[in-house]
Amino acid sequence: MVQYTVRRVAQAVGVLWAAYTVSFVVLYLLPSDPVSILLNQSGGGAGRPSAEQVARIQEMYGFDDPVLVQYLTHLVDALRLDFGQSVSLGQPVTSLLVDNLPPTLALAAVALLLTLVIGGGLAFVATYVSWRPLRTFLHRLPAVGVSFPTFWVGLLLIQLFSFSLGWFPATGSDGVSTLFLPALAMSLPTAGILAQVLIRGLDDTLDQAHITTARAKGLSRLRIHTKHALKNASLPALTILGLLVGFTVTNAVVVETIFSRLGIGRLAQQAVLAQDIPLVQGIVVLAAFAFVLINLVVDLVYPLLDPRVLQRGPSRSRDRRETPDTLELV
Amino acid sequence: MSAADIELGPVPGPSPDPADRDGTANRSRQTLRALLRRPGFLLAVLYVVLVLVSAVAPRLFAPGDPTRTVPKDKLLSPSLDHLFGTDELGRDLFTRMVHGSALSVEATVISVGLAVVAGLVLGVFAGYAGGWVDSLLMRFVDVLLAIPSLLLALAIVTALGFGTVNVAIAVGVGLTPGFARITRAEVLRVKTLPYVEAARSSGAGRTRILARHILPNSWGPVVVLAVLDFGTAILAVSSLSFLGFGAPPPQSEWGSLVSAGRTYLVTSPWLTLLPGLAVGAVVYALNHIGKTFEEIQRWQ
Repeated sequence: MVQYTVRRVAQAVGVLWAAYTVSFVVLYLLPSDPVSILLNQSGGGAGRPSAEQVARIQEMYGFDDPVLVQYLTHLVDALRLDFGQSVSLGQPVTSLLVDNLPPTLALAAVALLLTLVIGGGLAFVATYVSWRPLRTFLHRLPAVGVSFPTFWVGLLLIQLFSFSLGWFPATGSDGVSTLFLPALAMSLPTAGILAQVLIRGLDDTLDQAHITTARAKGLSRLRIHTKHALKNASLPALTILGLLVGFTVTNAVVVETIFSRLGIGRLAQQAVLAQDIPLVQGIVVLAAFAFVLINLVVDLVYPLLDPRVLQRGPSRSRDRRETPDTLELV
Repeated sequence: MSAADIELGPVPGPSPDPADRDGTANRSRQTLRALLRRPGFLLAVLYVVLVLVSAVAPRLFAPGDPTRTVPKDKLLSPSLDHLFGTDELGRDLFTRMVHGSALSVEATVISVGLAVVAGLVLGVFAGYAGGWVDSLLMRFVDVLLAIPSLLLALAIVTALGFGTVNVAIAVGVGLTPGFARITRAEVLRVKTLPYVEAARSSGAGRTRILARHILPNSWGPVVVLAVLDFGTAILAVSSLSFLGFGAPPPQSEWGSLVSAGRTYLVTSPWLTLLPGLAVGAVVYALNHIGKTFEEIQRWQ
């Protein structure tokens, strides 16, 4: 177990480092001329930047150093949680991230909760009802959830619940009442994914011999469904938790923009629009960190719930990413 | 267009095993018959084909000019004259939508094409070479998977600048790891089959084995993923376009159309809701087609 834990933690650190490297390559080495992107944004004004300005930017961001030196300097800074200065907002990236994190965390938490309730509930009902047409309809429903663009779902919810019914405020980030609609918009696609995985798991479990035994012993359908089937089927669904968190983070970009909420997502949209390289990198690394952390926690908790994993060896963590079929739907 | 033709051409039958050509023809016919018996599937294919045609020849469905403004007809609700209504400048929304599909479908085809080609190269190389090459490439793929793909796309768009093609490239990079994984898995599976062994022992070279025996037999799951990823790519491309990173204003894309209508959500909800509904329907249709292919493959 100790060995397993150490290996998982080392792996997580390695992935995080590699993700940082990818973001560095994309943002600092891919643009043919990062200096001019940065200059455009730092209010250099119209017209050609002067040689003096270019030199100042180059020195400030170290673009005149060899690539390796640039990379190592940035990496050491990042390890000290310093991602540099945001070009468009003129504040340290780290403090911007810290300021904007709480509303996004609150939103993500509510969205995940709704995902579990809606996705889990739908999967349970879809496999429990026995009337054919309803069953087929409910089995198809999750695919609808993952097919519609999040921005559209968000606008539809605003139109329905804010403008037509007036139940919730359309925009803003003050108070609990502003949380519900954006969280719902974020949770519908992820609930669709979760429901698909759970439905498949439940259908498979219900075909197994121990269910037949339980039925033969005279247990009620509801009891079999909750005690015997759901417990077994929900364990594999735990492994897509990291995936769901990843979706939640990316959905936050769209949803916070639509609902005009403060948060990391809206910050990301503004940062990209302003081509604010340091800020975008900070956000990407933060998101990768969240994703890696959740996957690490799942990997460490899983063996406690299902000790077979440790005996089966490390192959599981690779295969499990392929379980849901709409894995990559954004 | 080649990537789209692969999915929408005649249904890819069972992997042609060189040994039994008669059986293959028979099975293809069975597959086709099974597909024809599914009205939902046919409807989905029909809708996707219509969207593709509208991307290539928009005038066929909407002969009008997408940029013509008629100020007195502004913000009309949907009617027979204006199927999707008109926007704040009196432009016909249906026409704009149909003409917008050119850019949106182009972006989707570029991104999926990029992902298929790059994923195929990575996957085949890793699966066929094995050993440290394989572990190295797969670690790289794992890392790409560790960054949520829309965020990776945002980073790439920041670096490359805005526009339809840049958005398409960014989305394509995000889709590549999935294709690399699935191709590798298929290559590993096919590599050990007896007829590959037979080809090798009768002296066929590496390239020949790869081109003649392994690739043609690894297609199935890749095609399924490609169809599903068409939907994914449409969602990602339109999300980025909605956020304002796609083509600049006079041109229309699906995402930017929805975004433009947002200002009038209270008074004219159809400006946002109808285009979004059409996009969602395309994605759902593609998902349905992909799922059906998958079911049929499993059933065989």
